[in-house]
Amino acid sequence: MDLDKFKVHGEPLIYGAMISIALATIGILVGLTYFKKWGYLWREWLTTVDHKKIGIMYILAALLMLFRGGVDAMMMRLQTAAPEMKFLDAQHYNEVFTTHGLIMILFMAMPFIIGLMNVIIPLQIGARDVAFPRLNAVSFWLFFMGAMLLNISFVIGGSPDAGWSAYFPLASLEFSPTVGNNYYSLALQISGIGTLITGVNFIVTILKMRAPGMTLMKMPMFTWSVLITNVIIVFAFPVLTVALAMMMFDRLFGSQFFTMANGGMDMLWANLFWVWGHPEVYIVILPAFGIYSEIIATFSKKNLYGYTSMVFSMLIISLLSFLVWAHHFYTMGQGAMVNSFFSITTMAIAVPTGVKIFNWLFTLRKGRITFTTPMLYTLAFIPIFTIGGVTGVMLAMASADYQYHNTMFLVAHFHYVLIPGAVFAVIAGFHYWFPKVFGFRLNERLGKHAFWWIIISFNVTFFPLFFLGLMGMTRRMYTYSEESGFGPLNMLSFVGAVGLAIGFVILVYNIYWSTRYMPRDTTNDPWDGRTLEWATHSPIPLYNFAVVPKVETRDALWSAKHENIPLYTDTKYTKIHMPSNTGKPFILGVVFFFLGFFLVFSMWIPAIVSGIGILVVLAFMSFDKDQGYYIPVEEIAATEKKLMRGETV
Amino acid sequence: MKKKGPLYALFLSLILLLPGCSSIAVLNPKGPSARTLSDTIVLSILVMLGVLAVVYILYIFVLVKYRAKKSNEGYIPKHEEGNVVLEAIWIIIPIIIVAFLSVVTVKTTNEVENVAADYQDQTPLVIYASSSNWKWHFSYPEEGIETVNYVNMPVHRAVEFRMYSFGTITSLWIPQLAGQKYAMSDMLTTLHLSADTEGSYIGKNANFSGKGFAHMEFEALVLSNKGYEDWVKEVKETAPKLTEEEFKGLLATDYLGRKTYSSTHLEFSPPPGNHGDHMSGGGKEMDMDNGNPEHQDNKEIHPSPEPSSGTEFDSKPDPEVDQPLPSSPVDESTHEGH
Repeated sequence: MDLDKFKVHGEPLIYGAMISIALATIGILVGLTYFKKWGYLWREWLTTVDHKKIGIMYILAALLMLFRGGVDAMMMRLQTAAPEMKFLDAQHYNEVFTTHGLIMILFMAMPFIIGLMNVIIPLQIGARDVAFPRLNAVSFWLFFMGAMLLNISFVIGGSPDAGWSAYFPLASLEFSPTVGNNYYSLALQISGIGTLITGVNFIVTILKMRAPGMTLMKMPMFTWSVLITNVIIVFAFPVLTVALAMMMFDRLFGSQFFTMANGGMDMLWANLFWVWGHPEVYIVILPAFGIYSEIIATFSKKNLYGYTSMVFSMLIISLLSFLVWAHHFYTMGQGAMVNSFFSITTMAIAVPTGVKIFNWLFTLRKGRITFTTPMLYTLAFIPIFTIGGVTGVMLAMASADYQYHNTMFLVAHFHYVLIPGAVFAVIAGFHYWFPKVFGFRLNERLGKHAFWWIIISFNVTFFPLFFLGLMGMTRRMYTYSEESGFGPLNMLSFVGAVGLAIGFVILVYNIYWSTRYMPRDTTNDPWDGRTLEWATHSPIPLYNFAVVPKVETRDALWSAKHENIPLYTDTKYTKIHMPSNTGKPFILGVVFFFLGFFLVFSMWIPAIVSGIGILVVLAFMSFDKDQGYYIPVEEIAATEKKLMRGETV
Repeated sequence: MKKKGPLYALFLSLILLLPGCSSIAVLNPKGPSARTLSDTIVLSILVMLGVLAVVYILYIFVLVKYRAKKSNEGYIPKHEEGNVVLEAIWIIIPIIIVAFLSVVTVKTTNEVENVAADYQDQTPLVIYASSSNWKWHFSYPEEGIETVNYVNMPVHRAVEFRMYSFGTITSLWIPQLAGQKYAMSDMLTTLHLSADTEGSYIGKNANFSGKGFAHMEFEALVLSNKGYEDWVKEVKETAPKLTEEEFKGLLATDYLGRKTYSSTHLEFSPPPGNHGDHMSGGGKEMDMDNGNPEHQDNKEIHPSPEPSSGTEFDSKPDPEVDQPLPSSPVDESTHEGH
C-alpha cells in the first residue's frame, strides 16, 4: 500500500489545521473520560431515537459545519481581497471553494433545516415521534458520517477540487488524479442515503400521524413546506445516488460513463447533477418559507394571509423546480429553442415566489408587529431575498445569461437567494424555537447586535459581487491582475466578510451567555404562539403531549387561547408507547464511514470487510425483536405535575 | 429598521449609475452581439427596479404603519383569510412581466445565436478556438494560420468561432464582443460575433477548469481590414509551420505565451464531429459538420472550409468558402424566423 496517498501537500495552513484537529480530538476524549461522561454520551445521545435529540444533534453538527464553511469563505475572500495575493495557492484555493460549496449546501443548510424539522414537525402535528424513529437515527448517523468523511479529506489525502458541481471530465481520474473527488462521491453518497431516508420518514410522519382533526389544509405552513420538501427529496435524491455511483465507478473501477474517450459523455454528468442540484436549492429554501410564515404570523399577531395560495405556490415551485435544470447549460450550445423553453420555465418560478412575498406583506398589514430577533431576520429576508429573486429573473433570460454565466454576478445572485432564503431562516427558526426546546430564550439584546452585524455585512460582502460579475470577473478565480480593476470591490467584499464573521461570533456568544444567565421560561409559550408546538411544556417531555390534542382550526393553539375552542376534550392520561434506544444506527454509521474511507483509498480488502459489516448490522437490525416500552400512567402524571410547577425533568 | 433605508437607497443609486460606468465591461459593448446583450440587461434591470420599488414601498408602508406602539397596545388584529381579487392581481401582473421578458429573451437569444443583422450579407470569417490545459488555440482555416493565446480579427466583419476542447470543459468569453459559450471535447459549439470598434479586448475562459484557470486569458485584437490583411500576410511569410510533433508538444504544456504558425492543426487533428470518431488523430476525412445534431439545434450548414483535394489547407481560400452565406435553404429559413 502506498502511504503517500494519505499525505496532503505541505502547507503551513494545513499543518496548523491538522494540529488543531488533533488537539481538539484529544481534548474531547480526555474531557469525556475526566468528567465520566462516556456513559451519558452513549445512553442519552449516541443511541437516542428521540426526534428532539436527533434534531438537536443535526443542528449542532450544522453549526459546526457553518463554522468550517465560514472559515473557508473567509480564506477565499482574503485570498481575493487584493490583486496577486499569495495567501493560498491555486490547488488549495480550488479545494477551499469546492468544500465551501459542498459543506454549506449539503452539510450546513440542509441538516440545519432537517434538524429544525426533526424537532418541530412532530410537535406541530401533535405526534409523539416520527413514523420510524430508529430509521431517523440511521438518517442522522449516515449524514453525520458522510460529513465527517468529507471533512477528514482536508487532512488525509486532499479535498475535492473540481468545484461543488464536479463537472466531468475535470472531475475524472485523468484531470483530478488525487483522492479528493473519491471523497466527493463517497461522502455525498453516504449522507445522501441518509437524506433520502429522512424524506420517506417525514412524508409518512406528516401524512399518517397528524392529530385528530388536522386535515391537510389545517396544517401549519411549516409542516406544509416540509411535506413538499420531502417529496422533492424523494424524487431528486435517487438521481444523485445514481450519478454518484457512476462517478465512483468511473473513478475507482475504470468505467467510462463521463470521460472523454470510449463514448463517455461529460454532459450526462452535468445533466444528472443539475436534475438533482436544482431541486436541491428548493429543498433548502421551501422549509425556510415555512419558517418565515410561522414567524410572521406570530409576531404580527395575525393568521397567515392567503393560506391556500401559499400552499399552491409551494406546490407549483416544487413542480417547476424539476423543469429548469437546463438553465445551467444556456451556454453549452443547446440552441435557441431549448434555451427559450428553459428561460420561460425558470422565470415562471418568480410568479409563485412573488405570490408568497405579497402574502407575507399582507399578513403584516393590519397586524401588530413586534420586532423580536427572529422577526428581524424574517423582515430582513423580504427585501434582500427580493433582490436575489429579481437577479434570478435576470439570469433566467438566456441571452443575458451568456454574459452572467459563471461570473461573480451569479455568485452574488445565489448568495442573495440562499443566505436570506436558508441561513437567515434557520437562524430565525433557531431563535424562535430555542425556548421550546431548552426552556429559556436567547438574549434579545445580543441577538439584535448579531442581527445588525450580519445584515449590514452581508450586503457589503455580496452586493459588490454583482458589479464584479458585470466587470468580467469569473467565479473561482484564485487570483487576478492589478489591471483588471477587480481589486477595490473585492477588498470591500472582504471587509464585509469580516463583519459577517463578527456577527456569527456574537450569535454563538449569545448561545453561551443565554445558557448561563437567561431566566427560565415558565409559560411554555413565550411568543404567544399560534400552533401546537407551543401547547406542550418547555423543555419538551419525552412523550411530547401527555394527551393528544384535537385540532379544529389552522391555528389550533391561538383558537384555544382566544376563541375558546378547547385543545383537549379528554384529559385522562393513558399509557404511552415509546421506542427503545438502540446503538445499531450509530454502529451502522461508523461502518459506513469505514467503508467510505477504505473505498476512497481503494483499499479493497478492508472495504469488503466493511461492506459485509454493513450487511451484518442490517441483519441484526431487521431481526431486532425490541418492540419498545410503555410509559405508565403514574409516571406521566408525576412528570406532568413537575413540569406544571416549572421544574425540569 | 431605520438603518436599512439609506443603505438600500445607496444600493439602488449604484444600480442606476451602472450604465454610465465604463469599467463595466459587459455594459460597454464594442459589437452588435454584445450590444444586444447589454441592451437586454439594462432593460431587465429597469423592469426589475420597478418590481423592487413596488415591494419596497409596500414593505416600508406596512412596517411603519403597523408596528407595535403604545397607542395600539392591546389591539388584537382580526382574522383575515385572504382576498381573491388581490391575490389574482399579484399573480397576473407577474405573469405579464414574465411573458414580456420571455418575448425579449426569445428574440435576443435568436439574434445573438446568429450573424448580426448588419452583417448578414457577409461570409463569416471562421476561427476555430480550442482549449487545452490552460491555453487557447485559434485556427484560421481560410487563411491557413494558427495562433496560441491571442486572436486577431478584422473590424466590421462577421466572425464565427467554432469551439471545442482538448480536455476539460472551458468557456470562451470576450465580454465586450459577445456572451460566452462552452467548449467541450465531444462537440463543436458556435459563437457569432463582430466588432465595430478597433481595439484590444480581454478574452478569457469563464468555466473553471482546474489549477491554471485564473491565468487563462487572451487578447482579442480588432484590427482594420488593412491591418488584418497585413498581419495575415506577415504571419504566412515569417511564422513557422505547425507540425504534428510541435502541436503535441503544445498540448502537453500547461501554460504558454503567444505563438504564431503558418499552418493549422486542423489538418492532422480534426475537430470533433459525431461521437466516437473524434480525436482519433489519424482521420484525414474532415468532419466539418456542426457537431452532433443531438446536442445542437443550431444546424445551419456552414460552407465547409474542407480542402477540395484532400491536401493541406493552402494559402488561397477555397473557392467554395467565398460563396455568399444564404446559399442553403436551411439558412434562409432560420434567418427569416426572427
